[in-house]
Amino acid sequence: MQTNRDTSITHLDSSSLPTIEAIEAPSSHTVKGNRLGTAAWVAIAWIAFLALLAILAPVLPIPDPNQSFVAIARKGPTAGHWFGGDAIGRDLLSRIIWGTRSSFIVGFGAVAFGLILGGMLGLITGFFRGRVDGLITPLMNVLLAIPQFVLALSLVTVLASGAGVNSTRRLAVVVLGLGIVSIPLLGRITRANTLAWSEREFVLAAKAMGAKNGRIMVREVLPNVMPAMLSISLLGVGIAIVAEGGLSLFGVGVQLPMPSWGNIIAEGRGQMRNSPHIVIFTSIILFLTVMALNFLGDAVNRRFGVRESVL
Amino acid sequence: MFILKKFGQLLVTVILVTLFASLLLELLPGDPTEVLIPSGSDQQREDLRQELKLDQSFAVRYSTWLGNFATGDLGNYYTVSSDRPVSDRLWQSLPVSLLLMFYAQMLALIFAIPLGVLTAYRKGTWFDRTSNTAAFAMLAIPNFALGFLLQYYLGVKLGWFKTSGYASPSESPIEHLQYMILPTITLAVGQIAIYMRLLRSDMIATLQQDFILMAKAKGLKSKRILFRHALRPSSLTLLTVAGLNIGTLIGGALIVEVVFALPGMGLMLFEAIGRRQIVAFQSMVAVIAILYILVNFAVDLLYTVLDPRIRNANKS
Repeated sequence: MQTNRDTSITHLDSSSLPTIEAIEAPSSHTVKGNRLGTAAWVAIAWIAFLALLAILAPVLPIPDPNQSFVAIARKGPTAGHWFGGDAIGRDLLSRIIWGTRSSFIVGFGAVAFGLILGGMLGLITGFFRGRVDGLITPLMNVLLAIPQFVLALSLVTVLASGAGVNSTRRLAVVVLGLGIVSIPLLGRITRANTLAWSEREFVLAAKAMGAKNGRIMVREVLPNVMPAMLSISLLGVGIAIVAEGGLSLFGVGVQLPMPSWGNIIAEGRGQMRNSPHIVIFTSIILFLTVMALNFLGDAVNRRFGVRESVL
Repeated sequence: MFILKKFGQLLVTVILVTLFASLLLELLPGDPTEVLIPSGSDQQREDLRQELKLDQSFAVRYSTWLGNFATGDLGNYYTVSSDRPVSDRLWQSLPVSLLLMFYAQMLALIFAIPLGVLTAYRKGTWFDRTSNTAAFAMLAIPNFALGFLLQYYLGVKLGWFKTSGYASPSESPIEHLQYMILPTITLAVGQIAIYMRLLRSDMIATLQQDFILMAKAKGLKSKRILFRHALRPSSLTLLTVAGLNIGTLIGGALIVEVVFALPGMGLMLFEAIGRRQIVAFQSMVAVIAILYILVNFAVDLLYTVLDPRIRNANKS
């Protein structure tokens, strides 16, 4: 009974042919795939835990992220300061927790931006094809013709160059820059999946019953395209959080004194020789988070049987 | 005919990308001369305004810029005292970046191909699961974090490799490698994981096919079957992914250069941003984007040449 829940096209056709099944789905997870699995729940818990810390940062019993304690400057973990202090004695744990705020805003914000705009464009171009597609897709391809990091770097550098750019405004610019970069990526995936799903019989049936295009797109096609979008988005959040670190290294990430994981690492690189704990602790948190997001992306893929071949 | 159409697309993309690059100066809020030479005198500012044609329309500015760009004039680094051309430095730093990417790609393939083939062959074993988990972890390590850690542990603590700087291969090949080894590893780690996972899933599918069974039935050795018969069709997939990956590779190389102070395009961009040299910045963005487009174009063509199915489909 569980196998029938798999919704992918090829599976429905080949479910009676075990040999083909074996070729197309080498990992048998797809067949079991009704549950996410323990590891995925651990990943969810980790992300939720960080999100909670980020939200509760103002009320948590941690020092102000910008307050300096001379005693812990460049020192490793102590009893009162579990992660030690940074170059000028600010509590590293507090900075990482506050940094989670900006890093998550950048990661989730940029992807949400790209998902809404890119998803909409992808859905429209994939559904209507023809002239709309011919107009919008080449535009997206131009954005794809520039290496993504270079594109983000260009946008953020230029938009953050004006006078009077404070930390909040810079955060918005970073979200916008990375969001624009993710539009064509998410758009392309949505378009490819929409193209495939729009061919299906139930879409034809809805058309035959006289449903309007908008309704078909939102009620019939979108729910089926969602898993692929979600899976790529989860990977995208990780990529965006790391990209902010890259931008910070170039001096155009989230602006100090507002902490982000990226700028803590970028700032901490100067202390690498004598107090490597700044970069190491922050990197570990960053690494675990990206791994959790990648893992969730994969889990969604397996759970819903999203196929690379559709792309 | 097919080539001609592809070439037309290439040309259009290049034009659009240069248009984007020259738009960067337009997007700059306020007076660009404020940003470029904040401490310049009014006269200097006026001269710069003339040179960049800021008083004219964007169309004029763009066509002038494109004309200069096409003839190798990439603009200047503007300072109050003197202007230095961007192109001089660019020709020095571009080879460094290209070498770094080339080394990383080679290293990645050297590790990923045998690992991918073996994990596919030994699917489900302890070796396969360990490699897969390792690959999964490798994908999640941000390259700058890995760079700093390698720099610290292998460079500073153990003192095995040089942690920052560069020597050109023509001057002293040995020193060149000493400088390049850590950046190369840093850049290659993520790529190894991507290629390995891809090759594994591709090979698992290939190994189920009839011609493999045929080869086994003929009594060929496993090694020969794996690397001669099964790997060949996967090489196309590898090529496609290598093509798709170039963007990530370029971005990674730029970041890794900043981490290891390698004087390539990344470090040049870093300095241009730090010193607000937007004119230099936009030329570099255009050069990188055009290189990216050309490489993708080459991969596309190569793909057509290598895969008989595509080759024949295009003919008809």
